Amino acid sequence: MRDRGVIYTGLLIFLGLITFPVWHDLAAGTTSRGPEPVLPTQEKQCVAPREFMRTSHMHLLMDWRDAVVRHNEHSFKAFNGKTYSMRLAGTCLASGCHTNKADFCDRCHNYAAVSVTCWDCHVDPKLTRPASGGASAAVAEASRFPVPEAERGQGARAIAGQTPALQGAK
Amino acid sequence: MKMTRKRFLEIGGVSLIAVAAKKVVGALGNEATARSSAPATRWAMVIDSAKCHKKDGCTDCISACNKTHNVPVIKDSLHEVKWIWKEPFENVFPSQNNPYIEVALQNKPVMVFCNHCDSPPCVRVCPTQATWKREDGIVMMDWHRCIGCRYCVAACPYGSRSFNWFDPRPYITTLNADFPTRTKGVVEKCNFCEERLALGQPPACVAACPEKALVFGNLAVPRSEVRQLLQSRYTIRRRPELGTEPNLFYSV
Repeated sequence: MRDRGVIYTGLLIFLGLITFPVWHDLAAGTTSRGPEPVLPTQEKQCVAPREFMRTSHMHLLMDWRDAVVRHNEHSFKAFNGKTYSMRLAGTCLASGCHTNKADFCDRCHNYAAVSVTCWDCHVDPKLTRPASGGASAAVAEASRFPVPEAERGQGARAIAGQTPALQGAK
Repeated sequence: MKMTRKRFLEIGGVSLIAVAAKKVVGALGNEATARSSAPATRWAMVIDSAKCHKKDGCTDCISACNKTHNVPVIKDSLHEVKWIWKEPFENVFPSQNNPYIEVALQNKPVMVFCNHCDSPPCVRVCPTQATWKREDGIVMMDWHRCIGCRYCVAACPYGSRSFNWFDPRPYITTLNADFPTRTKGVVEKCNFCEERLALGQPPACVAACPEKALVFGNLAVPRSEVRQLLQSRYTIRRRPELGTEPNLFYSV
């Protein structure tokens, strides 16, 4: 029992280490903080009631996607009788609504660690708005989505310098 | 009333014949109506080569299309993505070519697009139904569903389909937020501007052509401009021997 001191010290260090995330978050004050998405200031009503959008926006967006792409239907009759055009960038991210994807979509999704593939193709209008300059927005986009060197291949690497978007980024 | 066995069999037989006859009449009637109900819309395009060649080196339709649909401009031919592009006459119409062909056609590029065939081979081979034939004739793509197997690329005899070997976004000059870009591992092609048609606008290339060399319209309407042109001009289609029935007509 002469090792008691060593054992208890080791145990204390071990407990301290495995509970480190808890201490760290307590110290930073982040544990009780929610995702805090920024809600639209002008528009008060979404295309469906708030509770439904909170739990089922993904299903609604999938339904919209199938309606537009596969059935060539473009307008959506909302629960309150209003008609909306079924477009992610054009309607959801339109001015007056969720204008800032980073402050709305991304906040919750990052908080919940849910990554979506919508933005692999759909364009955040913020990237094309003239606030940051039409052409330079494309450049910003280009630098945000760099082509991995390994995927480019010899030919693509040779022409990368000729591509206007990449040229601007340099 | 007492019924003999003979009488019973007679009535039974006649009833069976009556039921069968009714079914036959119904089926024939259905077939007749199905044949008469041709689609109300069949989008098609007539390309006037003479008008197209008026302005040398014009690429207005291509740049309008690229801008509208976020088509990346990749110069490397192994990775390039094309919705509209130029091809030499002898490659576009290999069976129409001969050594003594009209000078006006020699060494002249022809604008080529997806032909939106009536019997598209790309649709037949797609394992996920990511591409299909719409009722209005457009060979449509659902990029959400494309798994990038490239069967359609192999099946298309016109080379109208391009594969995204890498993320195309860095190669898009100006991003158009109204239309999605594509992502790595997805096939793309001309969609006849179905998103503009939904808004009642003509395709971007047709609107952009300064010579009005591209005429777009509905083949199902006899008085439409395309039908009038097809009736008054001699037109050819790309590789008709394949039986794909293209909906793009070239007046050469």
